[in-house]
Amino acid sequence: MNAATRFKLPPVVMPEQDPAERVHNVREVPLGFTPEMALQEAQRCLHCTNQPCVEGCPVGVRIPEFIQAIESGDELAGIGIIKGTNLLPAVCGRVCPQEDQCQKNCTVGKAHRDVGQAVQIGKLERFLADWERENHAAVIPQIPPSSGKRVAVIGSGPAGLTVAGDLIKLGHAVTVFEALHMPGGVLGYGIPEFRLPKEIVYQEVAYLAKLGVDFQYNTVIGKSITVDEVRKDYDAIFIGSGAGLPNFLHIPGESLLGVYSANEYLTRANLMHAYDENSDTPILRGKSVAVLGGGNVAMDSARTALRLGALKVMVIYRRSEEEMPARKEEYHHAIQEGVEFHFLQNPVEILGNREGWVTGLTVQKMQLGEPDASGRRRPLPIAGQTSNVPADVIVVGIGNNPNPLIPAALPGLQMNRHGGIITDEDTMETSVPGVFAGGDIVLGAATVILAMGQGRKAARAIHAWLTGTTEKAKD
Amino acid sequence: MNTIRKREELGRNVVRYVVDAPLVATHRKPGQFVIIRVTDHGERIPLTIADANPEMGTISLIVQSVGKTTREMAMLRPGNAIHDIVGPLGRPTHIQRFGTVLCVGGGIGIAPLYPIAKGMKEARNRVITVLGARAHDLLILEDDMRNVSDELIVTTDDGSYGTKGLVTDAIRSLMSDGTHIDQAVVIGPPLMMKFTSLLTKELGIPTMASLNPIMIDGTGLCGGCRVTVSGEIKFACVDGPEFDAHVVDWDSMIRRLGTYRTAEQVAADRYDHECRVGLDAGESR
Repeated sequence: MNAATRFKLPPVVMPEQDPAERVHNVREVPLGFTPEMALQEAQRCLHCTNQPCVEGCPVGVRIPEFIQAIESGDELAGIGIIKGTNLLPAVCGRVCPQEDQCQKNCTVGKAHRDVGQAVQIGKLERFLADWERENHAAVIPQIPPSSGKRVAVIGSGPAGLTVAGDLIKLGHAVTVFEALHMPGGVLGYGIPEFRLPKEIVYQEVAYLAKLGVDFQYNTVIGKSITVDEVRKDYDAIFIGSGAGLPNFLHIPGESLLGVYSANEYLTRANLMHAYDENSDTPILRGKSVAVLGGGNVAMDSARTALRLGALKVMVIYRRSEEEMPARKEEYHHAIQEGVEFHFLQNPVEILGNREGWVTGLTVQKMQLGEPDASGRRRPLPIAGQTSNVPADVIVVGIGNNPNPLIPAALPGLQMNRHGGIITDEDTMETSVPGVFAGGDIVLGAATVILAMGQGRKAARAIHAWLTGTTEKAKD
Repeated sequence: MNTIRKREELGRNVVRYVVDAPLVATHRKPGQFVIIRVTDHGERIPLTIADANPEMGTISLIVQSVGKTTREMAMLRPGNAIHDIVGPLGRPTHIQRFGTVLCVGGGIGIAPLYPIAKGMKEARNRVITVLGARAHDLLILEDDMRNVSDELIVTTDDGSYGTKGLVTDAIRSLMSDGTHIDQAVVIGPPLMMKFTSLLTKELGIPTMASLNPIMIDGTGLCGGCRVTVSGEIKFACVDGPEFDAHVVDWDSMIRRLGTYRTAEQVAADRYDHECRVGLDAGESR
């Protein structure tokens, strides 16, 4: 097929659960490609010689090669190519912001001047990962003889899992310490089932366990085991403890009954299965739910509220649609499902009744001024324009900071002013020798793929540190 | 495996478990707590660590059956296991030589008070303990507390044991006898902590209270346990559980404890009903 023909092929639409139906269940929304669909979509790739898509990927997945494998009908080869650089394709294919990474750089999308026309790399990645899982085709790699070195990984989120996977394959012994009773970090407690089925996360973890990674749950480093004990027992440490410290607005009324941080709301629903009648964990099922914030976490909270039976769900965001940090796809899904968006509204007070239950909130109307430090236009209040919005559950989803538990337990760790751990950009080594860090504990709340990218760098540097081969890891 | 080694009924609906939790046993300090899940579909609830035996790798947990989870836990027998235990969590109690320390415990709050009183005693404080219970059969750990106290006063609401009245009455009469107190620690039902703290504030006695709000993860992740202290949001799981009792917003804290009252009642009723159905269908006890 020549480039001109390929270029004319329209994007293949991935089937999705109907919005009216899906708000009543927690099953995944996009249903995946059939092999025929995947083949058709793969044929849209122009196989550019300069491979701009690969440059857009934080872990450098060899994208055109795996797409070529799909076109040749060789799924096994395709998934092998991805797994050479990305340990969690089933996860990344679902939750990566491809439109800002690989797909943003895609020549097809660029030529159409529409990123929506780009080759759907993420969906193809998901196709291969699902194919591998459904066909039980995961290949157990040959593990080299034991190096005799032990590595402690703190946190089983995307960064920690990547480090564990990379190092176990190099022959090091790896123990992953997880504070919760289930693995995955934010993949488990934060991202909802309808966006990332937990079974996928648990299977990835089971695969690592099969390779020999030791998972210790219910273990809080700094509490259950001191950092000194870990340093004594292990030759290197990777901290991937995430950005689990929810921000509040610090406005009146945040302690009223029915006000949740998005973390709490999502943790109850996801990790603790509060949507399931057989779960013992309660959650307030509001009729009218207001979600404060405009990121992916806000979208996840709003769509969770619908699935918990809310009749009206509002996202209240102080800037406009354009500045909203949520992925377009999530935003569109939310709109399809009936979430209302109130832009340029800044919450100034949460209102309650005499018994302390939330009844709504007061919002201040905003307008956009000059760009601020983030490059986005700064929202400014319009004097005298406030209004009240009734709601019986309010979810505060305005972001997270790095969780301070591990840094507090390891004095000497240099921190930035946002509470993140300072690391060497190339090696992810912290100010404490032999201690590496990556993911949201370094970045602040960022993305799964960036966390994995840092995990990959750290694994490389830890291997070098353990084997004494190089001072600094090479790319 | 968090296997239960020993089970002992301490009072009406109050059970003490000695359970395997080696990491917690060797690392815990007075004032810290664990989070447990009884079953694999269970909720996560915080429980204070009443005692520990590092050599045996066991901890003591004292549980009062109030809701579904604690009733389900009360059914566990030696040899059974608690599905998940994580800890020790929270900051340990600040223990030092204050001089005379007043330990005020109410109801099930006497369980976490015990290791603190013991710690205070070991730090060579004079320990005066005031314990309150609604009735005699609800009073727990009296002998343990007596062993670590220089003086022990018991009050019951109904006068079935000790002095009839509230712990605040006992504190007032202590003070009117001219007792000097350098530091107070209060743990018990929220209302009792509130009123004790109002009194000690009036009396000018620095007071620590250990809070037990609703929690999920216990690591600062969810913010569900937030309390207002000196007008600021604090997370009881990582900033506490102990705070200066005089600057805690008690009314807000007490209200938040009631967030799931309806759901809890429904779950407990359903559990009781299912148990009864189960018993009727099975062999009699």
